[in-house]
Amino acid sequence: MLKQFGFLGVHAIIALSVPLLGIVAAWLLRPKKPYPLKKTTYECGMETIGDTWVQFKAQYYLFALIFVLFDVEAVFLFPWAVAYNKLTLFGLVEGILFVLILFAGLIYAWKRNALEWQ
Amino acid sequence: MNLLNPQTLAPWFISLIEGIGLSHFWTLVLWNLIGSISLVLFAIISILFIVWLERKFAARVQDRIGPNRVGPYGLAQTIADAIKLLTKEDITPATAERVSYNLAPVLAVFSVFMVAAVVPFAKGVIGADLNVGVLYITAISSIGIMAALMAGWSSDNKFALLGGFRVVAQLLSYEVPMVMAMVSVVLLAGSMSLQKIVAAQAGGRWFFWVMPGVFLLYIIAALAENERTPFDLLEADSEIVAGYHIEYGGIKFAWFFLTFFLNTLFLASFTTTFFLGGWRGPFAEQVPILGFVYYFIKTTLVIFFMMWVRATWPRLRIDQMMAFAWKVLVPTSLVLLIITAIVLKLGLPAIWVDALLLVLNVTVVLVVLGFLGRAMRLDIDRPKRRIAA
Repeated sequence: MLKQFGFLGVHAIIALSVPLLGIVAAWLLRPKKPYPLKKTTYECGMETIGDTWVQFKAQYYLFALIFVLFDVEAVFLFPWAVAYNKLTLFGLVEGILFVLILFAGLIYAWKRNALEWQ
Repeated sequence: MNLLNPQTLAPWFISLIEGIGLSHFWTLVLWNLIGSISLVLFAIISILFIVWLERKFAARVQDRIGPNRVGPYGLAQTIADAIKLLTKEDITPATAERVSYNLAPVLAVFSVFMVAAVVPFAKGVIGADLNVGVLYITAISSIGIMAALMAGWSSDNKFALLGGFRVVAQLLSYEVPMVMAMVSVVLLAGSMSLQKIVAAQAGGRWFFWVMPGVFLLYIIAALAENERTPFDLLEADSEIVAGYHIEYGGIKFAWFFLTFFLNTLFLASFTTTFFLGGWRGPFAEQVPILGFVYYFIKTTLVIFFMMWVRATWPRLRIDQMMAFAWKVLVPTSLVLLIITAIVLKLGLPAIWVDALLLVLNVTVVLVVLGFLGRAMRLDIDRPKRRIAA
């Protein structure tokens, strides 16, 4: 297994250096003639009004919260699935209970209209 | 050395280099370096082909001819495009957040290249056969989501920011059913190693035949994860111009473009690995080189399916997209997961387990389709009733 992760280490260096090399190559090749108008924000030929980084929809937070729940669930389910053949009936009941609790959470969120995009 | 068997390549190479007098550690590093570079080269060269294929395919569907000027059948069009993008002036908005603006394309490409490391191409041909392979895929592909948000946020453009938010909302939502489908596959295969998942599908017992419902979930989630139609509202041209990479040009845009098509390739590869038997096929065990052929045929078919969907389907609205993920796909994936777990613990003979899983999968899909049809009819009827009232 150490050899496999060793490959990943070498591969990570290559995977990072290829895009960086591309950017460096383009930096050497491309023309550089900037002027202020060129560097303005792209928006239909008009100048942008107001700040970009303002408040945004709270709905995104709700979905992110539900997602975190399910993602943590997945982290617990993966080892359960791998060791499944060695587990007894208790392991099955435990796993199903775990999924059902999350299911109840999803239904609660559904009933409280957290899943509606308003 | 048997050239037809890639597994003998590594020991042969290591003994050759060590014969020259390099230490064992550096020989391994060199061998890994060669493997890594060939993986990256494979990815880049296949992208040149896939982009051409997609443009030709979409053109034929829309009754056009598509690229046909550069090279035979326009095959060199992508190379010409790449050279053009490389020599374009780099225009960065003056108000952009420079660090994350420049880091985003690098991270996006990094994440897809890293995912390539666990794709099983043939018997014994895999970058790194991790025993946590499936978890590794989900973990690494999250870096891509982060890169998209970084690009959208740092561009200081309202459209880009909206695109970035949509990317996060969509990719996170569809990651849940995708991961649940993967857990079902892991349950059935009993391992997270991708080579062992392929091995579990020996003898034509593809997981596609055992769990067609899970396959359907996975391929829908893959379309969404790949930001393809009908889930391409992240870059809906008519709403937010181009999404999170609106302010990118030249090579930085090219990297996002490459990421998109590499995602297509690797999602198709993982669909093949999880459900279509991977590199398995007649005589693939004895003649490992055949494994490549089967892998490429299956993956190309899945890619063709994705292109077909992209060329023919309209786009969803954001509320429809989110509702479909959380109200249809997530509950279905949880139900299918529970069903798989229960059937596997019944203690039936293997053939009965497969048959029961198949029947239950089809039943679940039909029930979900029934509910979906009723909900859609209600949705269509509702405005009429309001007018009547």
